Amino acid sequence: MSMLTRARTPRTPDTSGTPRTVAARRPPLTVIAAMVVLALVVIAALLHPLVMDWALTQNVALGPVGTGVEGHVFGTDQLGRDVLALSLAGARSALGGPILVALGSMLIGVVLGGTAGYRGGSLDFLAGRYTDLLLALPATLLAIVVAGVLGGGYWVTAVVLIVLFSPSDVRLVRAAVMEQRPLPYIEAARVSGISGPRVLFRHIAPNVLPIVVANALLNVAFALVAFSSLSYLGLGVPPGTPDWGRQLADGRDLLGSNPMVTIVPGLLIIATATAVNLVGDWLEGRLNSEAVER
Amino acid sequence: MSEGRARPLVAYTLRRLLGAVALLFVLSVVVFSLIYWAPGDIARNLLGNRQVTPESLAAVRRQYHLDQPFVVQYAGWLRAALHGDFGRSIRTGEPVGGLIRDRIGVTAAICGLAFVLSVVGGVAAGIACAVRRGSWLDRILVSGSVLGVSAPAFAVGLLLLYVFAVWLGWFPFYGTGDGLLDGLWHLALPALTLAIGLAAFVVKLTRAAVARELDADYVVFARSRGLGRGAVLRIVLRNAAVPIVTSLGLLLAYLFGGTVLVEVTFALPGAGALMQDAVEFKDFPVVQALTLAVGLIVTLSAVVVDVVYLLVDPRLRGRVSHR
Repeated sequence: MSMLTRARTPRTPDTSGTPRTVAARRPPLTVIAAMVVLALVVIAALLHPLVMDWALTQNVALGPVGTGVEGHVFGTDQLGRDVLALSLAGARSALGGPILVALGSMLIGVVLGGTAGYRGGSLDFLAGRYTDLLLALPATLLAIVVAGVLGGGYWVTAVVLIVLFSPSDVRLVRAAVMEQRPLPYIEAARVSGISGPRVLFRHIAPNVLPIVVANALLNVAFALVAFSSLSYLGLGVPPGTPDWGRQLADGRDLLGSNPMVTIVPGLLIIATATAVNLVGDWLEGRLNSEAVER
Repeated sequence: MSEGRARPLVAYTLRRLLGAVALLFVLSVVVFSLIYWAPGDIARNLLGNRQVTPESLAAVRRQYHLDQPFVVQYAGWLRAALHGDFGRSIRTGEPVGGLIRDRIGVTAAICGLAFVLSVVGGVAAGIACAVRRGSWLDRILVSGSVLGVSAPAFAVGLLLLYVFAVWLGWFPFYGTGDGLLDGLWHLALPALTLAIGLAAFVVKLTRAAVARELDADYVVFARSRGLGRGAVLRIVLRNAAVPIVTSLGLLLAYLFGGTVLVEVTFALPGAGALMQDAVEFKDFPVVQALTLAVGLIVTLSAVVVDVVYLLVDPRLRGRVSHR
């Protein structure tokens, strides 16, 4: 999918039909593989300070050479930078921005969606129009327009994506809070004189949080796609930053001389986004089935 | 349909159209104000290579009404836009309407091809998954759809470009080709790139919708009465079609986002590539007009899909009038 599809992707219901035993709780093989991929990307992101110098070392005279030349495992790009080093260094930007976007969007969702679902009234109406407006528009296009008009850059892109991602969180939290609100334990808390915000954040929040966290994980996958798409168009991270999207933009013109400039970060983006999605789907399915059992 | 029954439908359509107009209005204000408050001086952009003096800047500001307050500027733009005049491109000086008209053909061709490919392939695969849930085919297609939903269009496009155009040499590297067959050959890879993500979405959607219907009581009842699998599936598909077709309208919104990435990747002279250029060169009249054009198509198609469904499915009609 292009990007920013999180808001309307239907969740496939759990229809495997297997009885819920302890064995069924163990993650399936694909999810374990996804967790391994993610662990490797996280390690690469943590090693960032160590590979950064190597990644930024230019050798313009060398230019783009293919696999294996002068000890470059995947060759070099047009500036003579090592493709392997750049791809390793790009892991941080691939995870950092999207995690920021997911957390920011989650925060808006919890505060706005939670308050709207709990209080109702005019605030709920406004929150509803806000989500309607953003979900009715082609988000990818809006991200390109807004980030482009504002001149791009890391923080601008992050804020734009937070705003564009937030409607799905607002809707999710609002619905979950409205589901909890009429339950006896909330009524008991209210009757015993506990203040509204306290009921919302101390009593309702713990029951809503697991679903919100699973959703945030899925948002990371879509934010990764969105962020790298904007970087590919020259709007996300600034030029010169090791970033998978930027590498692909450079790699397009180098498909003839060194295709690895494109292939390595391209496969990394696809693998990482898929891995985050698989883990997120699995987590969400598990939480939902637990909620049903309770 | 009698007149009494038609009235809620007409009211609903009008309400939705009003909503669409309001949405487009808000969108135009948002984009206009973004441009108004964006960093950088539009007057300097307009001057281009000409000499920048205080006098020339003031002259350009007067000419483009940039010295007017925001509301006056917006009102002026809106009045002209309602008459079909979206101004001139800052970069080329051409009228924006003509510029977009020249580019829209390529975009329509890619999006149309991708839409057909993804719907035909996605619906068929989704039905196959739902009917044989838990089979190896189902598991492969469901995992594949996660992959398809996760993979960004530009990464898929570049990998396809490398494998099929550079390595195998089966498809051309760039260009749109001449004539119908050559054109199709040139647009095959871009359309396929765009279709992969959409198809993955359609598979998920169709599988969920058909699976839900297959689990319904009426299926058990129909089977126990001795209806054949084929006959039952026909009923199931009719019922599952509602959510599927409604969501297909939403797919349009993704098409327009994805087409920017695909056109840039395959160096195609479409409206998406125009958008990327316009954003890069701060060609604001083009950005504004293109954003609204896409907004118009997306909101109108959403309204059309919903209204068509009310016409087709009488059960939904009752729900509308009660709302």
